[in-house]
Amino acid sequence: MKLLLKGGRLIDPITKRDEVVDIQITDGRIDRIAPSISAPQGYRSIDLKGKVVAPGLIDMHVHLREPGYEHKETIETGCASAAEGGFTAVCCMPNTNPAIDDESVARYVREKGKSVCNGLVDVYPIGAATKGRKGEELAPMAELAEAGAVGFSDDGAPIAHAGIMRRALEYSSMYGVPVIQHAEEPELTQAGCMNEGMTATRLGMPGIPPIAEELMVARDIIMLRYIPRAKYHVAHISTQGALDAVRAAKAEGLNITCEVAPHHFALTEEVVSSFDTNTKMNPPLRTREDAAALKAGLKDGTIDVIATDHAPHTIDEKEVEYTQAPFGIVGLETCVGICLTELVGKGVLTLMQLIEKLSTRPRAILSLPPIIIKEGELANLTIIDPDIEWTVDKELLKSKSKNTPFHGMQLKGKAIGIFNHGSSNLT
Amino acid sequence: MKLKSRHLLGLDGVTKEEITLILDTAASFREVLDRPIKKVPPLQGKTVVNLFFESSTRTRISFELAERRLSADVVNFASAGSSTSKGETLKDTARNIEAMKIDMVVIRHSAPGSAQFLTRVLDSNIINAGDGWHEHPTQGLLDMYTLREKFGTLEGLRVCILGDITHSRVARSNIFGLTTMGAHVSICGPSTLIPRDLEHLGVKVYHRLDDVIQEVDAFNVLRIQLERQKSGLFPSLREYHRFFGLTKEKIARAGKPITIMHPGPINRDVELSADLADSEHSVILQQVTNGVAVRMAVLYLLGTTN
Repeated sequence: MKLLLKGGRLIDPITKRDEVVDIQITDGRIDRIAPSISAPQGYRSIDLKGKVVAPGLIDMHVHLREPGYEHKETIETGCASAAEGGFTAVCCMPNTNPAIDDESVARYVREKGKSVCNGLVDVYPIGAATKGRKGEELAPMAELAEAGAVGFSDDGAPIAHAGIMRRALEYSSMYGVPVIQHAEEPELTQAGCMNEGMTATRLGMPGIPPIAEELMVARDIIMLRYIPRAKYHVAHISTQGALDAVRAAKAEGLNITCEVAPHHFALTEEVVSSFDTNTKMNPPLRTREDAAALKAGLKDGTIDVIATDHAPHTIDEKEVEYTQAPFGIVGLETCVGICLTELVGKGVLTLMQLIEKLSTRPRAILSLPPIIIKEGELANLTIIDPDIEWTVDKELLKSKSKNTPFHGMQLKGKAIGIFNHGSSNLT
Repeated sequence: MKLKSRHLLGLDGVTKEEITLILDTAASFREVLDRPIKKVPPLQGKTVVNLFFESSTRTRISFELAERRLSADVVNFASAGSSTSKGETLKDTARNIEAMKIDMVVIRHSAPGSAQFLTRVLDSNIINAGDGWHEHPTQGLLDMYTLREKFGTLEGLRVCILGDITHSRVARSNIFGLTTMGAHVSICGPSTLIPRDLEHLGVKVYHRLDDVIQEVDAFNVLRIQLERQKSGLFPSLREYHRFFGLTKEKIARAGKPITIMHPGPINRDVELSADLADSEHSVILQQVTNGVAVRMAVLYLLGTTN
């Protein structure tokens, strides 16, 4: 592979570099970065005028479903979806069957990730915080970390018991690995299937109150104050109240970070009126005020990361009564487009800030090596066309599942290719 | 004039003109019910399937009578003993039944949105006969019909819906329909049984019967389900009856007659005292009779326009 990327706008949050350059890549390694390079013999030149060259993006919250639920997604189809969406790395949640609560499962997932899609996408497992994700006994965190787990979570379910959460924070702090909390007080959510409030009242739908999330975040912050060496990360934050709590905890200097999923700032509870089960996820779509607060939280830096909570389910699983349908939507292939349209396009974030939240920050939170874009380094890059206008078509998704609420949505901007470990899908 | 939709999924979003059309049409069918031969031909050759995934006596019989009086062919399905109990999905059950060439489906189901779900997987006209806590539009319509019959108009009428609003599809359909028709709707019940932000639907919320009793022309009293007490939403039936149960004595404080409705089945002497249910102010049996006429109107309007 001998390539010359001509005239792309290199945006690198680590060096704060933002300039138009040519990049010469030989067998996956960056040879030269210069304002203008004339293509040497045998090099294919790719015109990237108007395109953005960014460090490889990472989605730190996906469900790859393997092992156990391969009818929804496999590591291979999930990685293909990630590559299509512009991600050179994903972190997969442990709610598989068996759960990733044992080093052998963690190793299986890592190794499988290396063997698919020409190694284009790095798969980093998130280990379960508790055995079987049952919330009763700690999972073998040290062994999991050694096997490559980059975080601990019972995602899909909260670490609800205060006693277990305390021990999880204490134990994980020895290894500097964050506990990623799916913040939900189960006593308050019960059979709820959408945000509790005006729309649920109109639709007669059992509600998930915002306080279920806020209560759990508030409790965990109190614990973190007591165990300040721990690293605590709030997954898919969705309410204004939870965000305010994180903001205050950050101001206090606590070791807390959080992520938001694109659907939580791009959509609101009103869309549930269609009873389309692709609007059902947990946490649920919230109010306009919440969505506006999340955008403000992205802008002021309270929200560190954008992660999709990519949760594939088959058509048959989703095409049922709303209350019966499983929670979750796919997100890998729509994320960049939604972020560019809703955040960069509307002046919430600069491109530099967006790339930070999709690459630099999540890697730092998970203690992954930073992506260095300079001569001599392996290329780990995402190429973005910020101006291309396209319409989401669920039938074209590379993911095995098609459960997206964004079908038919018009977006401006998308990832057009990635480089990683000597491979590329840029055409 | 015609209805805008070929389905009746709820009263949310149905216009005043459409509701008036249904009620006016029902009035002409109401007259048929008093004839010696209670049968008219408009749905001759049409097949209606009553898909009931929840138990029901009154609504199912009312729909079936309405269908038969319009000369439709009628098939009944009840979930007990059907393929649903063997794990078949709603979509598969409905599609299989439609494959037998039918025209209309009346569905009762415990999940909100299930009637709307059927519109996406079937070609038949869909009528919602109650979907979870969401809507029960024909009940809302027959309640409005009964009130209009009694008071002449719904405009400015003061109606209080009393009881468990959170879990009530009857309450929602009444709220949507009555507010659209210009009635003043108040809600009274324990705060644990009134959903959040209900005021946004254009109603006033009360928690004390005495505060509302002076200000209403009619009560629509909802059935209180015993399992709500078990799940901790109110302390005891005795306390419920004492503070939210409607009795002759409490009604007397208004100093004027107040009309009593109830969608049935009644828990006598819990939400409504037996003497009041059987009193001259009660229109509960008229509601049942009118229900057949209203359902005939809905079936007729949907079944003859496409």
